[in-house]
Amino acid sequence: MAQSNHDFIERKVGWLIVFTLMTVSVGGLVEIVPLFHMKSTTTPVEGLKPYDPVRLVGRDIYIREGCYNCHSQMIRPFRAETERYGHYSVAGEYVYDHPFQWGSKRTGPDLHRVGGRYSDQWHRIHLLNPRDVVPESNMPAFPWLDRPAKIDDIEAKMTALRKVGVPYSDEEIQGARKALEGKTELEAVIAYLQGLGTALSAGKPAAPAVAAAAPAPAEAAPAPAPAAAEKQ
Amino acid sequence: MADFVSGFWNAWVMVLVFLSIAFCVFVLVSNTTKRTPGPVGLHDHVWDETLQEYNNPLPRWWMYMFWITIIFAITYLTLYPGFGNNQGKLGWSAAGQWEAEQKAAAEKYGPIFAKYRGMDLNAVAGDKEANEMGHRMFLTYCAQCHGADAKGAKGFPNLTDNDWLYGGEPDTIKTTILDGRQGMMPPFGPALGADGVKDVANYVRSLSGLANDSLRAQRGKEIFAQNCVACHGPEAKGTPALGAPNLTDKTWLYGSSEATIIETVTHGRTNRMPAWKEFLGEDKVHLLSGYVLSLSKSAAAPAEEKK
Repeated sequence: MAQSNHDFIERKVGWLIVFTLMTVSVGGLVEIVPLFHMKSTTTPVEGLKPYDPVRLVGRDIYIREGCYNCHSQMIRPFRAETERYGHYSVAGEYVYDHPFQWGSKRTGPDLHRVGGRYSDQWHRIHLLNPRDVVPESNMPAFPWLDRPAKIDDIEAKMTALRKVGVPYSDEEIQGARKALEGKTELEAVIAYLQGLGTALSAGKPAAPAVAAAAPAPAEAAPAPAPAAAEKQ
Repeated sequence: MADFVSGFWNAWVMVLVFLSIAFCVFVLVSNTTKRTPGPVGLHDHVWDETLQEYNNPLPRWWMYMFWITIIFAITYLTLYPGFGNNQGKLGWSAAGQWEAEQKAAAEKYGPIFAKYRGMDLNAVAGDKEANEMGHRMFLTYCAQCHGADAKGAKGFPNLTDNDWLYGGEPDTIKTTILDGRQGMMPPFGPALGADGVKDVANYVRSLSGLANDSLRAQRGKEIFAQNCVACHGPEAKGTPALGAPNLTDKTWLYGSSEATIIETVTHGRTNRMPAWKEFLGEDKVHLLSGYVLSLSKSAAAPAEEKK
């Protein structure tokens, strides 16, 4: 019996392709597709806001300069990481990220909770030449960032993001250009960095969806996010 | 661990996982043939007119490994989350594992922190073990701005020179680390004009005995008295409560050149020390404060001996 079935699959190339596709798609159907239908991956954590125009431009510069090649934005739930970076990342924090910037390599430190960790001035010096503040640093300098940000495509960007589920209002999109007036790329990147990971802080340790699933989330409080509230 | 929006996805995962494993078992069982004595048969296939293939049974080691993976999959899905909404017999979760790590660490390091918690900061500053711990934390959390040697950089205070913007009392240092500081020098460029700013800069340089244009310094003194004394004080010795620096000493946060002082006065300065209370907690800040205090103590000691 087995012999003839074997024969059938090997001789009918069309069926071979169909069966191959069915086999390789099982992994995705079981492990990826259901993730699109989970509360913890689709519900934003409390207090999470879509990127305002300045941060959005900053995020695009972050991508353009390839920051994700050396910096991850994903704090794993290990003590060694939460001690250094702050509260571990949860899925609900990335709901408005298209695409997310998790990264996969840490030549530099994780940046998911860098918001508020340093002063704006530190970022300014550090981006223009990292060696000015951290002599041991091997991060490249980005001296060209101190130039006006490109703003003529901001409405298109925001409209596109709205199509994939980021809740921008019409007013926000219309006011975007005004918000960006006179901003440099440097300011945009700093605004982006200063907003990273600030939605989750000590007062609200984990996303509601995660809180429902994880046992005893209240105990997550002892290692909170870095001082999120920037006093400015 | 899964929190699906509907029960459908729970069933979806369960059914697909079950079918996959069942299919693996079926393929394995249906292809298991007994090794029989005598000559091995041939497959039906004939390639290139005469080329045929022996129909040998599947190798035993390979079959056993396949069975092991099936048993592993079932065991894993029983113990750990993965089979739909099933939590798994072990009740494991990533967050739970992290909490266990935190708890173990609290048990291990708690007594060490407790030892120093009630200790006076001056005593902590003198304690070798506490300073070693403080030093390690300093390298992790503080060195990015203040430098690995704590000597700071332009705009980031040197912590070893025993000169303090907000005061060097042990408790003041601790407050600075806990709550952060927001430094702000307002811009005077528009109010004073380029010439006025230059006059003030020359006066400020004269305060600490640096080369200056005495005529400009003379004029600058009046401008200083009208605009700057509110924060820097009538004698320009600074006001620690505001973080306004002493202008008569040799310590400069941004630099003492005329050009730098002109830049500072014209555009003002905004600086921020982040607050660490939430992130590090009191215990760690206590040790860090002790360490920072020890840095300036060792710097101050030789100076005092000279007196």
